Amino acid sequence: MIELRQGTLGAGDTRISQVSLTIPSGAYAVLLGPTGCGKTTLLETIAGLQPLHGGSLMINGEDMARRDPADRGIGYVPQDGALFPTMSVRGQLVFALQIRKHSQAEQDQRLDELAQQLSLTDLLDRRPHELSGGERQRVALGRALANRPSLLLLDEPLSSLDDGTREAMQDVLAEVHRASSCTVLHVTHRIAEAQALGTLRLGFVGNGIELLPTTS
Amino acid sequence: MNSRVRGQWFLGGLGFLAGLYALLILGLLVADVGFTSWDECWIALQSDAIRHSIALSFISCTLAALLSLVVAVPAGYLLARFRFRGSRLLDALFDIPIVLPPLVIGLSLLILFQTAAGQFFEEHVMEMTYELPGVVLAQFVVACAFAVRTMRLCFDSIDPRPEQVARTLGCTRAQAFFRVTLPEARGGIIAAGSLAFARALGEFGPILVFSGATRMKTEVLPTTVFLELSVGNLQAALAVSLLMVLAAISVLVLARMFGMRGGLL
Repeated sequence: MIELRQGTLGAGDTRISQVSLTIPSGAYAVLLGPTGCGKTTLLETIAGLQPLHGGSLMINGEDMARRDPADRGIGYVPQDGALFPTMSVRGQLVFALQIRKHSQAEQDQRLDELAQQLSLTDLLDRRPHELSGGERQRVALGRALANRPSLLLLDEPLSSLDDGTREAMQDVLAEVHRASSCTVLHVTHRIAEAQALGTLRLGFVGNGIELLPTTS
Repeated sequence: MNSRVRGQWFLGGLGFLAGLYALLILGLLVADVGFTSWDECWIALQSDAIRHSIALSFISCTLAALLSLVVAVPAGYLLARFRFRGSRLLDALFDIPIVLPPLVIGLSLLILFQTAAGQFFEEHVMEMTYELPGVVLAQFVVACAFAVRTMRLCFDSIDPRPEQVARTLGCTRAQAFFRVTLPEARGGIIAAGSLAFARALGEFGPILVFSGATRMKTEVLPTTVFLELSVGNLQAALAVSLLMVLAAISVLVLARMFGMRGGLL
């Protein structure tokens, strides 16, 4: 469960105050909002990449406001995937496990699972510049899921994809959520994505975030 | 005159001015090569003093380039990624050795090692003034400024987002830097090291003032050119100059191969 209470996010002109948000465990929450409204700032604050200036942030009952990004138990997929340019797909998928010193057997097993689940088996030796947009996003998703995070943060993961690839990727996201049962916070400006994926739909209203009626 | 013809005249004018400068550079190189022969170069390079100078230049420039990278990689990264109190001042400070007259750098080094701290360093750590370590220091002061500038441009061009993602995957700041950002900066590091080596190789003024021009001791390649010219041995001066031209062109090719075409290269 994520609980953000009266949070002040961002800096300077982009500062947003009094933001509150509650997402129950296991939910697939989609946060809708126009470009520039602070969606990415919110995700980066929850991920620990930007400071929370005021208020509190609890993830699964633990105070995370001052924790390092590495200790928050999250997986983060930025808008462009942000794959590691010098690493193969295999290297990206086992990166989190290597850093956390999992055994080679555990790494191999998790690599197989992710490669099969995300249809990456034939791409393991490729570098990011050899992948299509949809493939890059699947790798970024696999990299974020490798260490089985309790919370998955997705920053407009489908925005740079063509219509066909977007629909296929929506199915992948739905399947990943069903299989992993982690809590997901997916930000987008597309209502269709929210309708297709969200079990909980949220929107920026004034300075806060509020639950949207199912028809909005 | 219609606009198409005017456009052609404009582009022709630009091409003419750029072409003049290109011709001047090519003319310099061709004149140097045409003024001597391989035999005369070979004879000049047999001199013990010149061979010592070649060896000292290679070793001191390599050390200066490596030391420059040790400073330039962290400095370039800090300047590119963080805004802190005094960061702009620090950025400007790193440019000072680039714009200072070389003789002033040499004189400033000489004076620095006459201060109490400088004297203490020379007495308890190592002697610098008119000694071999001083040659490396004089080369390092200027070479490092160019390396810092190159690394800053390199890190500016690297997207910080993958490094941030690495931190969410379990990396500390240091792990994210070493495992994600530094491998991506490999081309920039090679370019910065090459540029630092080339700058160190061409350094003359600071070495002349701070380390002197003692044959078989603190004589580096530019010193050799100066010493040989001062006794009228043009062929030897030219042979050493061509060696430096060759080294400079090699560095330029190496740096451009690794994609640092912007900024200082």
